Amino acid sequence: MAEEESVVGGAASGGPTSGRRTLGRRRRLVPYGLLSPGGGYLVVFFLLPLVLMIYTSLQSGGLLSGGFSFTWDWRNYSSVLSRYEAHFIRSIAYSLIVTFVALLLAYPMTYWIAFYGGKWKSSLLLMILMPFFVSFVIRTLQWKFILGDNGPVLGTLKGFGLLPDDFRVLATAVAVVAGITYNFLPFTALPLYVALERIDKALVEAAKDLYASRWQAFRKVVWPLSLPGVFAAFLLTFVPATGDYVNAALLGGPGTRMIGNIIQDKFLTENNYPEAAALSVILMIAMVILASVYARILGTEEATRAAAAV
Amino acid sequence: MSAVATEVREEAPALPPINPPGQRWTRFILPVYTILMILYLASPIFVMILYGFNDIPGDRQTGKFWGLTLDWWKNVFNIPGLPEAFKNSLLIAPISAAVSTVLGTLFGLALGRYRFRGLRGVDFVIFLAIAVPEIVLGSSLLSMFVLSESHLGFTTILLSHIGFSIAFVAVTVRARVQGLDRSLEEAAQDLFATPLVAFYKVTLPMIAPAILAGFLLAFVLSLDDFVITNFVAGQTNTFPLWVFGAQRIGIPPQVNVMGTMLFGAGLIAALTNVLLKRRKT
Repeated sequence: MAEEESVVGGAASGGPTSGRRTLGRRRRLVPYGLLSPGGGYLVVFFLLPLVLMIYTSLQSGGLLSGGFSFTWDWRNYSSVLSRYEAHFIRSIAYSLIVTFVALLLAYPMTYWIAFYGGKWKSSLLLMILMPFFVSFVIRTLQWKFILGDNGPVLGTLKGFGLLPDDFRVLATAVAVVAGITYNFLPFTALPLYVALERIDKALVEAAKDLYASRWQAFRKVVWPLSLPGVFAAFLLTFVPATGDYVNAALLGGPGTRMIGNIIQDKFLTENNYPEAAALSVILMIAMVILASVYARILGTEEATRAAAAV
Repeated sequence: MSAVATEVREEAPALPPINPPGQRWTRFILPVYTILMILYLASPIFVMILYGFNDIPGDRQTGKFWGLTLDWWKNVFNIPGLPEAFKNSLLIAPISAAVSTVLGTLFGLALGRYRFRGLRGVDFVIFLAIAVPEIVLGSSLLSMFVLSESHLGFTTILLSHIGFSIAFVAVTVRARVQGLDRSLEEAAQDLFATPLVAFYKVTLPMIAPAILAGFLLAFVLSLDDFVITNFVAGQTNTFPLWVFGAQRIGIPPQVNVMGTMLFGAGLIAALTNVLLKRRKT
């Protein structure tokens, strides 16, 4: 990469006789020119909203008592933290379980596809991504029918007397965690696949030649080389899963509400913008810290490459 | 959506399977497991397709399967409110995809081709835009629209969709640009093509597959989005929003029919992509 600039510079100076210096300077401005339309858009519709949400979170007042005004009202934070601590903890706990289960489920599958998929690799990857072609909400709703108290699974088992009549999955933590796991599994699988696919298969051969067993070859060669993918998968599953509320809304019950449910209720039903924004800012800060630590240690390359592979 | 996956990487020449599994039954574990996982991932899709043909007595989906009918397919647009929501989705997706593809492609070119001051910072912003939970994006956009007293509806949905799609298009294009052989473009310049001409004649055709993939990705992201749209939609409905709202009283089977149609369209697009790629190699 380092030589790229010099290549560009070289091409510029090699051009027809125009002033070398101005051309060079213009060249240096090219990336900024390319960035500015999209960058400007992201500043207005990504970064500015985040700042304005922090601003909103420091407002006080009420919708009925003349609207909200900015007052540096930090009490919003202490108030929501003490009231919704349980929801934060629940969201993080669910999300950790989801991420762990999704990694366990996805790793053997992506390993097999990357190492033994042969000419079927792209087709198999396409099948993993198939759920993306059906709306997230519709997929989750179908699980509601599949897991229903008398649906195809539980109904059949109850019919055979294998389960008590009042056994249920819906409205429990199991349903919410299962739903999130299902919905985010492709996000776990992609970075894993990208990392596993990149591993030089000859290295495994070399290990075998040196009398490593299949298990040893996996543990000493494949697993360490796939770790960047595992970490990227962790980040790309854990962070969005923590903020999810659709699964809890559709599959869960009153006892499984996550922080996302509270934020969306406060914003859209109660119209209590300052408290809603405070909750969202807390979630944002936690996730940005996690993402920054990740980027600091491992760089952003692996995670964005997986996103590019979607 | 697999479009990019199949585009951005040059496929390595097929190697003979390393570590040839022994003759024991254990060699079937992973392939069988993979097939079971794919069936698991596809199971709600099967249910959706099947229940679009379910001959239920009422007009709301039930857990029980009653028999086959084509009624729901014949009366797809017979639900008040649903066609409008569907139309909004199909209108917003291409506009959002087109705009974010233009902005994201330029962005991806800058990230992939140049080293410049601030590259790391820009990289991190893109990474954040992808990694931040949707609910944070949605609620921050709503905060802004509330503060600026914007009317929530079609426009705010569109503006938001473009915003979250740019980063995805950018990384898709960047991945392709980084894999490019720069010497081709230099060759063109050596043959007295101006940088702009070299770009149009050489670079653009080479990154075109990634641009198309980015467009399709942005299209699907917009079509499918619920969380962010829910925050910025006001009284306007999109397809996922309508379905979410309707589920309280039960969803009409027509929802499954529309879902099946979209799934079919997506599948055809993806398969075409795979086939085109296979012909090339």
